[in-house]
Amino acid sequence: MNRIKNITKSIWVFHFASGPCNNCDIEILDVLTPRFDVERFGIKLVGSVKHADAILVTGMLTRKGAPRLKELYEMAPKPVVVIAFGSCASSQGIFKPSYNRTVPVDEVVPVDVYIPGCPPRPEAIIDGIVKVIKKLRGEI
Amino acid sequence: MRIFFYYFVFPGMLFSILLGIFASWFERKITARIQWRVGPPFLQPLYDVLKLFSKETVIPERGSEVVFIMSPIISFVVSVFVATLVGIAQFYPEIGFQGDLIVVVYFLTIPSLCIILGGASSSNPLASLGASREMKLVLSYEIIFWCSVAVVWIKTNGLLKLSNIIHFQTQTSPVIYSISGFIAFVLAFITALAKLGRVPFDIAEAETEISGGPYIDYSGALLGFFKLSQYVLLVAVPFLLCELFLGGVNVLKYIIILILIILVENTNPRLKITQFLWFAWIVLFPISLIAIILAIKGL
Repeated sequence: MNRIKNITKSIWVFHFASGPCNNCDIEILDVLTPRFDVERFGIKLVGSVKHADAILVTGMLTRKGAPRLKELYEMAPKPVVVIAFGSCASSQGIFKPSYNRTVPVDEVVPVDVYIPGCPPRPEAIIDGIVKVIKKLRGEI
Repeated sequence: MRIFFYYFVFPGMLFSILLGIFASWFERKITARIQWRVGPPFLQPLYDVLKLFSKETVIPERGSEVVFIMSPIISFVVSVFVATLVGIAQFYPEIGFQGDLIVVVYFLTIPSLCIILGGASSSNPLASLGASREMKLVLSYEIIFWCSVAVVWIKTNGLLKLSNIIHFQTQTSPVIYSISGFIAFVLAFITALAKLGRVPFDIAEAETEISGGPYIDYSGALLGFFKLSQYVLLVAVPFLLCELFLGGVNVLKYIIILILIILVENTNPRLKITQFLWFAWIVLFPISLIAIILAIKGL
């Protein structure tokens, strides 16, 4: 229990982009800018999944992305949180009736938090982060 | 018994980790203020380390396991040893031994060697790339650092004990107040940036191009040891600069050197490795020879 509480004070996020239209990715960068500044909560982006406490999945999972997402999840040191970011990652969005869709993110890896929106506003992202922290602390 | 106290508590482990955590927070906070952000809370580096020590440690399957595990630990132990020797010279001048300056300068290369070994042993291509870059960095900046230390040695009439060097500078004047001493201080400051892996010379880590370089496969407690040794070096290296050039450590001098490091870090882009090699061998190395000649002439 204490192990998980330590994570809530410094969440290092690994960003996995699997076939997004890049709107979600730009909104993620917005959260790091001076207006919202999530480093206040000890959150930062890292380049390696071995350092990550949270894997942020954006975009509609592609045929090449899905096995790699599974591999990355297995490589990440546990405990790790998976966040499905945006409508596509949460529920396949407008690509649901498409002929070349693959499975949703939550059928490949266990997803802890969904942040809907196309793209989600920075306020929605911070709200999602608060929900992650509350879930890890066992308040929800 | 006293020696354990020196190593584990006062100038050594506990003191340097706590001060290093403060310095790291200070660095991140000033960086955030320069970028018009709020910045992380106080003790954020401590939270980071606690979190890393409570996470799972993943060891790569194809790597060399012993080297992979030992190099962060050796890096931490040796940085604490350097911090202890440097701290003893300031706070307990009567102990310490003849020639501890040479020991300190030699031991300051070992954390870099551990980064090279750790990166090369993890069997990751990006980590190997980072290790090779770190090797080139060490080979180029080390001789410049030795030359600037030699200037101090000449200016203080051949003293090799750190506490004697501090005493000599309080008797006469700090080394930095002479021309050769000032040049040597600038060179030592530049090499200190490279030793600490700060921005103009963070070519080995390079978060944005090779995503952490040698650290890429480290996780959990082993990454925590690397973080801790960085915190300790953030204390030991500025302390050494204060003692060699400014005539002893005090809070003001330490903060000034820290702020200089942070300002250089925030106002410079990262060099390429070829640019750094050119800068080190064509620009800095002749200047360091000139500084030695000036020091022999008594300037």
